[in-house]
Formats: sequence, C-alpha cells, structure tokens
Amino acid sequence: MGQATREAYGDILGQLILENEKIVVLDADLTKSTKTSVAQSKVPNRHFNMGIAEANMMGVAAGFASSGYTVFASTFAMFATGRAWEQVRNSIGYPRLNVKICGTHAGIAVGEDGVSHQAIEDIALMRAIPGMQVYQPCDATETKAIIRHVSQIDGPCYVRLGRSKVDDVFNEDTKFEIGKIHQITKGSNVCIFTTGLMTQAALKAQKKLQEEGIEMSVVNVSCLKPLDEEGVFKMLKEHDVIITAEEHNVIGGLGAAIAEVSTSKCPKLIHRMGIYDCFAESGPFEKLLVKYHLDSEDIVKKVKEVL
Amino acid sequence: MDKISLKNHAKNIRKNIVKMVANANSGHIGGALSATDILTVLYFNEMNIHAENVGGVNRDRFVLSKGHASALLYSTLHEKGLLNEDLMTFRFIDSKLQGHPNMNYVAGVDMSTGSLGQGVSAAVGMAMANKLAKNDYRVYALLGDGECQEGQVWEAAMAAAHYKLDNLVVIVDFNGLQIDGDITKVMNPIPIDEKFKAFGFEVEVIDGHDYDAIDAALKHARNVKGKPTMILAHTVKGKGVSFMEHNAGWHGVAPNAEELAKALAELEVL
Repeated sequence: MGQATREAYGDILGQLILENEKIVVLDADLTKSTKTSVAQSKVPNRHFNMGIAEANMMGVAAGFASSGYTVFASTFAMFATGRAWEQVRNSIGYPRLNVKICGTHAGIAVGEDGVSHQAIEDIALMRAIPGMQVYQPCDATETKAIIRHVSQIDGPCYVRLGRSKVDDVFNEDTKFEIGKIHQITKGSNVCIFTTGLMTQAALKAQKKLQEEGIEMSVVNVSCLKPLDEEGVFKMLKEHDVIITAEEHNVIGGLGAAIAEVSTSKCPKLIHRMGIYDCFAESGPFEKLLVKYHLDSEDIVKKVKEVL
Repeated sequence: MDKISLKNHAKNIRKNIVKMVANANSGHIGGALSATDILTVLYFNEMNIHAENVGGVNRDRFVLSKGHASALLYSTLHEKGLLNEDLMTFRFIDSKLQGHPNMNYVAGVDMSTGSLGQGVSAAVGMAMANKLAKNDYRVYALLGDGECQEGQVWEAAMAAAHYKLDNLVVIVDFNGLQIDGDITKVMNPIPIDEKFKAFGFEVEVIDGHDYDAIDAALKHARNVKGKPTMILAHTVKGKGVSFMEHNAGWHGVAPNAEELAKALAELEVL
C-alpha cells in the first residue's frame, strides 16, 4: 500500500510552502485529517485555522488571493464543495481568484463516518462553476505532480483527495503531462476511463481480464476539467467498448464528462460505473466499494457483460 | 476636506445614483442613498486611494459587501475621478458596470460582491493578508443591516476578532429597512452593536449622515489596537429624496421620468 492522496498532499504542500513565500494555507479545524498540519509545522505564520466555518474560510481565501497570495483552502470535500458552494462560486469562481480548494475524504471511501461525510456530488458541483479546474489524482506521485501544477497556475482549482491508503500506480520516473489523459495500459477493443481510486481497481481488473485473453486499455483521467477532449476523442475512436468508473454519483462526474465529449464528437455507447444516484452508508471502505459495485471484480463482470 | 466640499461631492454622487438607476430602469436606490455620506467621507477623507494606486493592491481597500448598492460605488469612484466608464451604461449589455460589482472589470472595485454576507469575509482575508505582509493598509467593508441576518457575517466577525484585525473597519448601514420591510419585523438582527461587541469588536454608534461623526469614528478606529472596529451608522433609506425616504418600496425600484426630475430637483437643494 502506498500513501493516501491526502497524505501526499500534506507532504508536497509542506514542501511548496517552503519554496514559495506567496503560499498561504487555510483549514477549517481538520488540519490533522487534511494533512495541512505538515505545512503548518513548517511555516506556522502562513497557515491559518479558520475554525468550523467553511463559508467564511472561502471568503477569506478570496480576500488573501485578491491581495496577491496563492491560497490553499482545505477541509473535507463535502464541506468545501457542498456547504460552501455558493461562496466558492461567487467569491472565488466569478472573480477567478487564485484559490486551490483541496477537498479530502471524498467519495464513499471515507468509510465509517457515513453519508453525511461522503461527497459523491463534488465533481459535479465544481465542474459546473465556469472557469473552475477540477483534478483528482489516483496515487501519491500523481498527487504531488498535480498539487505542484496547481500551485503554479493562476485561477481557481478544485483537487479531490481521498482518505484511504491506495496502491501506488506511478513512480518517481513517471513523466506526467498534467491536463492530459494518461493511458496506462494498451488494450484492443475495450477502454475504461477511470479517476481516483478506480484507477487501481481497473488495473487489477485489467490483469484478471488479460489472463482470460481480454486486453483492456486503462485510461486515468486526473484532470476532469478542462477535459483533454482530443485525448478522449482518440480513445473513443480506437475502442469499441467504452466504460467509465468513478467513486462519485454517475450524474455529473467522469462518466458524464466523457459522455459529453462523446455525444458531440464521437457518439458511442458508454457504460458508466459509479454510485447510481443513491446515498451509501457507514462501513469499512473496502466493503463499501464492494457493496456499491466499485470493486475490481465489478469491473471484470461489467466488461464481460458488455463485450 | 471641508464639510461644504464633502456635501457637494455627496450631492453629485446621489444625483448620479438616481440618474443611473432611472436610465437602467433597474437597480437599488434606497440603500445607495442611505450610505452615500459614509462613502463620501471614506473616499474623500479617509482612504489612501488615488489615480496612481487604484490599479494595484498597495493601498487601502473597500469592499461593498452590500453589493446591490453598486450604483453608489460606481458613482463614488466617478466623483473621485477614478472611473472611466460612462455611468449611463450601468446595467446595460457589454458594460463593465455590472448590476452587482465585478472586481475584474473596474479598477477600484476591490471584490466581486452581490451575494450578501460574502464581502465581509473577503475583507477579513484582505486584512489578514495585510497583517501577514506587515503593511499599514486598511480595509473597509460596508454591510447592510438586513445583511447581518446572514450567518456568514458572524463567522467573519468571529475570525476578525480572533485574528485581532485592527486594520479592519466594518460599517453597518443601519437604515432599518430591507426588501420585505422593517428589519425588526422580517428577522430582527437588533441589537447589532451589542452583537459585534460580544464578538470582540470596538463598536461606535453614529449618525451616518453627519460628516464630522463619520470622520471621527474612522479616526478613532485608527487608534484602536488589537481588535477590529464596527461602526453602526444610523441612516435613512433613500436619504435626500423625500418620497423615497424611509420607504422599503424604493429598495430595488427605478424612478420614472417624472420621479427622476423631482428627485434631482430635491437633491440639488439638499
């Protein structure tokens, strides 16, 4: 097991805050969970705890950004994108301010805390804000590359991070082209677009399918907006069977984004895997992923079903 | 600046507000006229803002948290000689003078506002940024009294006191009226002064149409150390136009040609 993406976020932010004196970090009483505590320990005077008041935190982030700072604002994905949505939309999105909203504990993999803390709508909510960039890394190395990337570009970004430890997909030698889709395996006629921890599930499924003589392309989508339409178009053209998998409501997330490109550029039947418009429940995250059909076995089953 | 000059500036600002809203056939007059004297003193006596620094952030800043009073902000920037846009394009298509202010369109608009309760948080962020940068610039935020019904105002107030933002002045335009009527009947936010005091603010209660009182309160705030200041400014909604005064019906309604002429005639002799 590698690090959780939130842990990698904490580590890289702790490094970036030392490198860039214009970075300030805001948190809403979750510094140890979001891992902004690392940055806090490195540069305490540029880390501000805003208390359990996410709406105000987003406004304060806007005020800092309008004063020339690069702001990282962190809390759980649920509260960053849900509770404070309209503050993010009006005080950060509309004025295009340089705020990086890094929401941790996204998806159902937050586990035992249950539905109140399981953001399964956050990608949809953030994608709908004009000009908001939306990222979801799948492992530690990609997280570090993405956080460094967003710290270097101007404008509002949402980065979706997970609570649970996940297997490493990439390593130090991986060359990332942030913003582009990343084809990890090359299959013949089946292609699965994945984001976040579904990339690991798809890679497991890909190995099992390979043993049975089915070659599947696994395409990691870490930049959900702006979506690499050219790259997606190429995959749609090269494969007959298209599947998407995300730990998010199938409404408004990765599957929807791929379908949007498909419908306008390369019409295809798209099989979307994700949360089917329901609330989940408490439980160990591995069991939740199985129960809500987001396990590698579910991908294997789906591929056989649609082939 | 002497009182006669301030009065003249305020008169011009008020006349333009009425003309802009009439010309656009929409906009918010009542709460713009109530806060005109406050902005006149801020821009002509208090804030370090002028043509050379308006484009940057190395200066005092003002956040119109009650963003619907946009005509007041544009008219004040125009009176100060900081606005190049034609005021009569207000709310028109292709105009930079949006119905609620956009900071990227107009230099001198320091935050995009309009959704109530949000501007004051941004002002807190600016004041925190000034503290971090160790500069002496001050931040001013104008809130509506009805706006104090928004929970975010109190989150922001808590943060302002917590971070000891003595470079922040929050001014509440206490005209007593909101869209649906008397603030005490819609959802009573009173006592506003006691609430801010309890949150840790230095509080001053003044007549928001008395230039000396506004000036003195702002000067006093400069000497307060270790906490933010809230100035509760008693004002009259629609101030200066007899038929608009104390009338919630003029919150978001445009005058017709006849009403405009009458309003301008009254403002001329104010």
